[in-house]
Amino acid sequence: MNTNITNLLKEAQQSIDQSKDLNILDQVRVTFLGKKGKITELLKQLGTLPEAKRKSEGQVINQAKEQIQSWLEQRKSQLETQELNKKLREERIDVTLPGRRNVIGSCHPVTQVQDRLVDILSTMGFVLARGPEVEDDYHNFEALNFLPNHPARTMHDTFYFPDGRLLRTHTSTVQIRYMENHTPPIRIIVPGKTYRCDSDATHSPMFHQIECLVVDESVSFANLKHLVALFLRRFFDRDDLETRFRPSYFPFTEPSAEVDAKFMGTDRWLEMGGCGMVHPNVLRFGNIDPEKYTGYAFGFGLDRLAMLYFGVNDLRLFFENDIRFLEQF
Amino acid sequence: MKCSKVWLKEWVDIELSTKELVEALTMAGLEVDSVEPAAIEFSKIVVGEVLTVEPHPNADKLHVCQVNVGKERLTIVCGAANVRPKLKVPTALIGAKLPNLTIQKVKLRGVESGGMMCSPKELGFSKDHQGLLEFPEDAPVGTDIREYLNLDDEIIDVALTPNRGDCASILGIAREISAITQKSLHQKDIKPVKPASKDIFPVNLVAESACPRYVGRIIRHLNSKAKTPIFMQEKLRRSGINPIHPVVDVTNYVLLELGQPMHAFDFDKLHQHIDVRFAKKNESLALLNGQMIKLSQETLVIADAQGSVAIAGVMGGADSAVSETTQHIFLESAFFKPEVIAGKAREYGLQTDSSFRFERGVDWQLQQTAIEYATQLLLDIMGGEAGPVIEAKSDQHLPIVPTVSLRRERVGRLLGESLPQEKIMNILNRLNMQVDIEDQTFKVQPPSYRFDISIEEDLIEEIARIYGYNAIPDKPYFMPMIGSPLNPTEQIFQKIRYFFRDRAYHEIISYTFIDPQDQKLFDPDQTPLVLDNPIAQNMSVMRTNLWPGLVNTLVYNLNHQQTRVRLFETGLRFIHVDHKLEQQEVIAGLIYGDMHKRQWNESSRSSDFYDLKGDLEALFRLMSFAQMEYREVSHPALHPGQSSAIYQDEKLIGYVGALHPSLLQMKDIDRSVYVFELFLDKMSHVKRLSFEPISKFPAIRRDIAIVVSHDISIHQILKAIQENLGNLLIDLEVFDIFEGKDIAADKKSVALGLTLQDMSHTLNEKEICDLMDQLLKMLTSNFGATLRK
Repeated sequence: MNTNITNLLKEAQQSIDQSKDLNILDQVRVTFLGKKGKITELLKQLGTLPEAKRKSEGQVINQAKEQIQSWLEQRKSQLETQELNKKLREERIDVTLPGRRNVIGSCHPVTQVQDRLVDILSTMGFVLARGPEVEDDYHNFEALNFLPNHPARTMHDTFYFPDGRLLRTHTSTVQIRYMENHTPPIRIIVPGKTYRCDSDATHSPMFHQIECLVVDESVSFANLKHLVALFLRRFFDRDDLETRFRPSYFPFTEPSAEVDAKFMGTDRWLEMGGCGMVHPNVLRFGNIDPEKYTGYAFGFGLDRLAMLYFGVNDLRLFFENDIRFLEQF
Repeated sequence: MKCSKVWLKEWVDIELSTKELVEALTMAGLEVDSVEPAAIEFSKIVVGEVLTVEPHPNADKLHVCQVNVGKERLTIVCGAANVRPKLKVPTALIGAKLPNLTIQKVKLRGVESGGMMCSPKELGFSKDHQGLLEFPEDAPVGTDIREYLNLDDEIIDVALTPNRGDCASILGIAREISAITQKSLHQKDIKPVKPASKDIFPVNLVAESACPRYVGRIIRHLNSKAKTPIFMQEKLRRSGINPIHPVVDVTNYVLLELGQPMHAFDFDKLHQHIDVRFAKKNESLALLNGQMIKLSQETLVIADAQGSVAIAGVMGGADSAVSETTQHIFLESAFFKPEVIAGKAREYGLQTDSSFRFERGVDWQLQQTAIEYATQLLLDIMGGEAGPVIEAKSDQHLPIVPTVSLRRERVGRLLGESLPQEKIMNILNRLNMQVDIEDQTFKVQPPSYRFDISIEEDLIEEIARIYGYNAIPDKPYFMPMIGSPLNPTEQIFQKIRYFFRDRAYHEIISYTFIDPQDQKLFDPDQTPLVLDNPIAQNMSVMRTNLWPGLVNTLVYNLNHQQTRVRLFETGLRFIHVDHKLEQQEVIAGLIYGDMHKRQWNESSRSSDFYDLKGDLEALFRLMSFAQMEYREVSHPALHPGQSSAIYQDEKLIGYVGALHPSLLQMKDIDRSVYVFELFLDKMSHVKRLSFEPISKFPAIRRDIAIVVSHDISIHQILKAIQENLGNLLIDLEVFDIFEGKDIAADKKSVALGLTLQDMSHTLNEKEICDLMDQLLKMLTSNFGATLRK
């Protein structure tokens, strides 16, 4: 009997070791441990043995059964690992192939810069305001203290319509429109399209400006300087950006200034835009008492800021809308 | 305003280097555009005197000349036509360096030449001059011409802002330099010229409020052969004015130096008297520049007994102009009010040095001085006899010097930096303001040449710019919190732009003025706004929708080898609603070409209507816009069978569809283009989102396929099902549309997936069967639907 078991175990071990996959292994299991398996048969024969032998013989068979089971499980886990590895090998893909539908569009560089400016000024407490592009003389000139026929008007090459309306030459129109409907404190940012009939490499008949207006009980030129300098440093993300203010002239501000900025390591001042303290006549046109309130305003060319920000060297690129240009942003 | 530094130095001491001067002027508000040397680099060129001129033995056009250059005599071969004995000319010695040229001894056709006589062109004085530059007889032989002509000078070009007409002269700029640097201004000694006759000419100020002062003078017997001296020519040249005729040169010289525009008439051409009046009806005038103009009645003119002879302050007439033979002149030095001259030159397409100054304001106390100065210069150059100065004026119409109050407290409040009283006084005095102090308030009278000082703020600007803008510290302003940064519409703009970008659309910005033909093509029912003065005919009407710009951009990109294009744009459209202009915010876009870029793992197909509609549906969902309804529509720009109007609450909010094939043909586009346009102003947005509870009970799905007539739109069916099942229906999808084979020719099969769920219990089989039965009955009775077997 014992030799029988020993041989059986040898046989089982051999079969298990030689099983190449889980199916064969399962067949081996059935051969030995199945309902009609060799071990099962031996256990069935136990009843025929004498009482005294039965127990010890039973122990031996059960030990053999456990041994086989343990071998089976070992082998099973071995085969499973092998199969998983094989599957994994087979499922390997080329991760360097491009992903599906990987295209994305773009937002226009000018609107990107506009969003950036609005974001920066929003954190400084400015509210966004807009106004119409077809304007009347009153909002574009008269209420901004441009006298009829004044040479300052001729600096704005204006597009006119037959009825005397015009395309706004600056976003400053919104100063008046906003003041007409709001009382101080006022703090607005106005981005938008503006127009002058002028077209060459550095001028587009349609361009963009961004304008800021602050009116409160006591805002000063010193405050204006601080805000403009801070705003430009944030915009260009350069704490070392230098700014300077040059006296200038705009009918709607007094005092008026041009703002220049200089990047560290360069020695050229770049013109950024105009600014100044709101002219008392303009406040009056906006129904605001200039004795009680003061205000400042500044305006920048958005396209020019976008050119500087992205290093674009030709203004006309912005309005050609060549996809090879747009997709870079 | 171009000014020579040497000329400026006649008026004020300048110790600053040119670089420092430029910086100082710029930082005081007189922006310097450029600085150029008065002459190009050259050396060893002296005043030479031609002694003899012999013909060249071997060349017809050349001469062999003996030239005295002081220390020696040179033999120089010269080809200039104007070379002649006794002529004094710039002579380059051996070793002289000119741009690209070093003078050496050379043999010209066999004759050795030991130098070169120079033309204005060779010295960089002008571009087109023929012949040698001629010096006056008194030019000192042998003197280096850089020294003789004061050529080591720089030309500073100052860009003037429109408020600073007072700086449009050497005197004006010198005054500024004096104020900035605190160096006193030199006063030129301009003495009245004693009249040599009693010859006068009547002047009537008909329009005395427009011209409150007119000063004139007759000068007779001028030597018409006289030439403008070289020193004057040089100064004119450095200010960018070409010498023409001694009389004109003198008036230009006075204009440049003092800022007083003057005019000289040929006295023999004037009749009886001068009237300063507005033009009469149908009056016309032939101008100096050859232009014939019809005068408007708002134009101030100088007239004689026979009619107008000049547009006041702008340009003189051709008939009375000074010519080569003029012997007697009538000199004019007037003050015309800025508001009368403003815009006039422009109206006639002119821009003159005179109108530039008058419309910005000319010192109204300068006329006498200017005419005396001009007379003296003229007599020095041309001889002649000056008559007495004739002055016609209207005191009541002359400007009144304003007294402007300035509060010290206000200076501090506006600038954010309070300045001591002495500092303010000091600055105002430097600017030639008369100042009195009455309890903390300055009473300030600006000088007569300043037309830009009328209110307190004007003075504060003056103080600030002389004090220095950059000397005022930056100070933060602590702001009260107000408002929310972006209003909902703006937030939507941003979101929409990002949405389309993420879906592979490129944002474009196109001109809002478009070609009228395009406008007609894309939106013929709208009458567009037309520009009076467009930059070009194809940019002359305001867009009434955004498709022309988008489609033209598509064409541009197709011409640059793009094959798959998706574009969008936001902006205004300009339309008339009940004859009133509306400027509406619009977003529009288009798709063209394959749905996907060609790629290894995706089969390609053309994008179509439903791709674009799918994007819009996703957008509406993202923006929580309420239910949209799509209705077939006929739109002139769209394919009649593939276009839809989009409605929200019965309001038209946009269009989506295929571009009309004939439009594609016209634009030479080879494949379908799908476009959309949404009127953002018209769209109402769902109020704030609010939570809806989720049922705890399982949902049940039923699929049905029905056969209906081809003409019935899916929208009708879906709407009816929604109404029929109400809240129980939580999802409804169309998963197949089929026509043909077993389906009758005029019918279609529609496969629908319905998901039903109740909030309070699990729907049982019987309930569901009942629901589906009554749904089918409804579909049968409303649409003649049958269940597809």
